[in-house]
Amino acid sequence: MSTVISVSGLRKSYGANQAVDGLDLDIKQGEIFALLGPNGAGKTTTVEILEGFRDRDSGEVQVLGFDPSTKGRAGQAWRDRIGIVLQSTADAGDLTVYESVSHFAKYYENPKDAREVIELVGLSEKADALGRTLSGGQRRRLDVALGIIGSPELIFLDEPTTGFDPEARRAFWQLIRKLRDEGATILLTTHYLDEAEALADRVAVINRGKIIEVSTPALLGGRATSLATVSWRDGSELRSEKSANPTQLVNQLSSQFGGEVPELNVKRASLEDIYLEMIGGTHE
Amino acid sequence: MSKPTALSIGIQRGGLEIKQFMRQRESVVFTMLFPLILLAIFGSVFSNSIAEGVTFSQYFVAGMIASGLVNTGFQQLAIMIPMEREFGTLKRLRGTPMPASSYFIGKAILVTLSMLIQVFLLLAAGVAFFGVNLPTGADKWLLLVALLVLGSACSTVLGIAFSNVPKSGRGASAVVSPVVIVLQFFSGVFFIFTDLPQWMQQVAAIFPLKWMTQGARSIFLPDSFATREVAGNWETGRTFAIITAWLVVGLIWAGRSFKWERD
Repeated sequence: MSTVISVSGLRKSYGANQAVDGLDLDIKQGEIFALLGPNGAGKTTTVEILEGFRDRDSGEVQVLGFDPSTKGRAGQAWRDRIGIVLQSTADAGDLTVYESVSHFAKYYENPKDAREVIELVGLSEKADALGRTLSGGQRRRLDVALGIIGSPELIFLDEPTTGFDPEARRAFWQLIRKLRDEGATILLTTHYLDEAEALADRVAVINRGKIIEVSTPALLGGRATSLATVSWRDGSELRSEKSANPTQLVNQLSSQFGGEVPELNVKRASLEDIYLEMIGGTHE
Repeated sequence: MSKPTALSIGIQRGGLEIKQFMRQRESVVFTMLFPLILLAIFGSVFSNSIAEGVTFSQYFVAGMIASGLVNTGFQQLAIMIPMEREFGTLKRLRGTPMPASSYFIGKAILVTLSMLIQVFLLLAAGVAFFGVNLPTGADKWLLLVALLVLGSACSTVLGIAFSNVPKSGRGASAVVSPVVIVLQFFSGVFFIFTDLPQWMQQVAAIFPLKWMTQGARSIFLPDSFATREVAGNWETGRTFAIITAWLVVGLIWAGRSFKWERD
């Protein structure tokens, strides 16, 4: 599989603050890649450099084989191939969903059909509603529609489901998977660890301007081999035990109770537990 | 599908800008009706003649048309663009393949249409209610077209350039409106220019609005009035030269300072 984003030795400082401090990253075609990290870790700066909004101090950056800091007309052809869903925007309140989406379609060489995209993000019933009448979640789906209307090969999603109810989030995740299945590569930044776990093929944890680890959600931070917590009810008492060999412990319990273990629960560390441990107290 | 051009996208943006403008009732009222209200007030209060065959209303309509160039270009854009910057409209556009020039073409279309509506409303109300005379002769009408085109272009680029001055979208109107109102007082819109204190006239002469009002007077007032101007004549050449100079200043300033994001 080819590499869509490749970053090596990326640095960027704002005055004395070294926001990005020698960051390396490789994102492959067709994957959903989540970038996790506390506020101020350099996440936003990194993504904005990849999106061509910000210039870097040093390092190599290639996005779809193009240096995003290139100025001039060449950038337009590159932008035709990417889609950006920014954090909360509140613009175009006086245009309908359809007007906004069909207008943005005109910027691209090979746009998707506006009605189809509106359908895809689940806004068909709101197609003729003005932007300012949309709820937070609907507004976010409009942002996504505007980000994907140009048939992008690479989609940047910045905290896409903030303010969604659980049902809307699940529908949204389905949409993101669908875009991936159609061949798009997706770079997701999120504060929700369950979102990264549900969606991402790989996650990277960024802290103090560097990548600490890149892995699949299941393997991050040695999660798969971390101690499991086994809990069960023993008479009136709820008991729990940490174990490196939970299967063995459950077997023991099973023979002790003669079959079914009351209220048995085996739990590995959650992605959130691992993540908080990794960023070690710098979480806000 | 073929690649869209900067011009065709710009025209599409112009249509979209107009649609949004018309849907914002407050801005329609503020931009379009406020000058008419002023005309009604000033036209009713000062119903006297200020010279042979020149009513104050005639003088005031000339000034208000010049002001209309500033209101629909400079003031409208210098308030609207900081809001778009704050709301993320500009950043979102920057993230698309839309050419930057298309955005400015769209704004120019919006300014042109609102300016034409403004001028038409002022003339219609002036003629209908305040006995204002329309220009006579093809040369005067031609001069009016030239003044509207050049003045509006100057006002538009200065509005784009000045859009970087307000620090927030919400505060933009508080920064921009006083600048415009003071300029209007200094430039002989509300008072007869030659009645103003000398220092005020000299300050006004630096800025384009004074020259736009003088240019408008040369179109709407009889030529006999020219002797009552500061220089004793209409100074048409100097008027157009100074507005052109400000247009160039605005282009350079806007080109250097325009930002798509808030810092």
